[in-house]
Amino acid sequence: MTDDAVQVRDVVVRYGDTTAVHGVSLTVPRGRVLSLLGHNGAGKTSLLQVCEGFRRADGGQVRVLGLDPMDDHDELMPRLGIMLQSGGVYPWATAGEILRLFASFAAQPLDVDMLLDRLGLRRFERTRFRRLSGGEQQRLSLAIALVGRPELVFLDEPTAGMDTEARHTTWELIEELRADGVSVLLTTHLLDEAERLADEVVIMRNGLVAATGTPAELTAAAGIDLLEVRAEPGLVPGDRLSPLKVTETSPGEYAVTGALDAATIAEVLGWFAGVGATVTSLNTRRRTLEDVYLALTKAEAYR
Amino acid sequence: MSTFAPAPGRAPMRTVLSSQIKMELVLTARRGEAVVLAMGVPLLVLLGAGLTKVTNVPGDDRLAFVVPGVLALTVMSTAFTGQAITTGYERSYGVLKRLGASPLSRPGLLFAKTAAVLGLIVLQLLVLAVVGVAVGWRPHFGQILPALGITVLATAAYSGLALLLASVLRPETTTAAATLIYVLMLAAGGIMFAAPDLGTFGWFVLPLAAHAEALRATLSHDAPIPLSIWLSLALWAVVFVTAAARKFKWE
Repeated sequence: MTDDAVQVRDVVVRYGDTTAVHGVSLTVPRGRVLSLLGHNGAGKTSLLQVCEGFRRADGGQVRVLGLDPMDDHDELMPRLGIMLQSGGVYPWATAGEILRLFASFAAQPLDVDMLLDRLGLRRFERTRFRRLSGGEQQRLSLAIALVGRPELVFLDEPTAGMDTEARHTTWELIEELRADGVSVLLTTHLLDEAERLADEVVIMRNGLVAATGTPAELTAAAGIDLLEVRAEPGLVPGDRLSPLKVTETSPGEYAVTGALDAATIAEVLGWFAGVGATVTSLNTRRRTLEDVYLALTKAEAYR
Repeated sequence: MSTFAPAPGRAPMRTVLSSQIKMELVLTARRGEAVVLAMGVPLLVLLGAGLTKVTNVPGDDRLAFVVPGVLALTVMSTAFTGQAITTGYERSYGVLKRLGASPLSRPGLLFAKTAAVLGLIVLQLLVLAVVGVAVGWRPHFGQILPALGITVLATAAYSGLALLLASVLRPETTTAAATLIYVLMLAAGGIMFAAPDLGTFGWFVLPLAAHAEALRATLSHDAPIPLSIWLSLALWAVVFVTAAARKFKWE
């Protein structure tokens, strides 16, 4: 038995000859948000399918709330909230009917009217599912996942197809879920989504874990990678600051790149002081999760 | 205030099932044209074969032969053909997968589907029986309970076969197979004209003819249902309900 919400150990998922997930391990502690980040085809959804009990892992172990998602399916489902990637609703039922159906399955459901209002679905209560836009269908799907007051939710690309406003509403909702003690495992290919919501990010690439850590850890590991200095134009250090690279991007604007720690930054400023320059501005730029992600997934991006 | 504080749990199974049955019926009613169509063919057969002499039927009383056959045909049309097609498309829309990720559970869904179909069948049979009586059919009610019992068995068998097909075939193939089986069963006889005389064996391979014969015995002739028909439909029901429960997949 384990107290973690989700425990995945060395999970392998194969479709015929193709291996979608090559031995992935991750843990979602109770009350935390874990984000699985990766391109389409990185294996995120396959891994989620195993956690949701839709298919058995071809290797490794999965425990969800301490239970086996396949063998303990009926015991587990009332405790989970699942948002599938698309569809999954009777095309001829209205948004209100669907949400009330799923609410009626739960012992202590959330107030359906409150959810319709929170997710901006009130206007569509009497609209049939197939008449809803992609973003509206997504919001309904999220409402279905939450209505049973689950202790753990799986969200597969929760904001795909949503406009900016709906995306922010969804992010606020997920933050509120976390604050109220709900554990969340979500997949996304949006870096700002992962950075904003996740306590921990697992970057997947080609079915493997490429990196894992808090958003801060992942970006901090990369340190500061750009120093911008403004001074008089025409100062060229040559290779005196090597291995750092200094370029004058426009007259009087210098960009310094390389492994920048406190000592090397002091060295750079020392050089400017040494030639009698008047430094009027100094900026550092830290790497973002996007830089980390792009660096890790570059090989795939060029395919 | 913690709106989303977890409080998970399944509602009482009775509540879960009744709301799923209600949803199934609401959606069926919304596809009104399908319901009318499902009754259109039986109604045509009833009036065509019952009131004219386009086909040869055994005995002097055409309606006594045709009306019970039409009732049996309707049961098959709704419980088997209609249900197989609907379920096939629900699978391709991902509806079954979504329900699989809910507290409904597999037996819950199968039960709700069968119960909804049974409710619809009761309604359709009442309408057809009233039409039959209006044009001169004179049913007996002494054997009504066995007639209802054999109809429940037939419904379970057809429902099981429908869910099985929808589980193992793609929706387009399911639609084609379900329609083909319907036409073959209709063509094999026992509804508009006599079924081929295969003796007891016939009741085991032609469930539609067997069910029609059982309704004819009870409702038209006030006679008990032959034991072989009870056995045949019970066997069909057990085999296909079990197979459907085993093979049923959410995806």
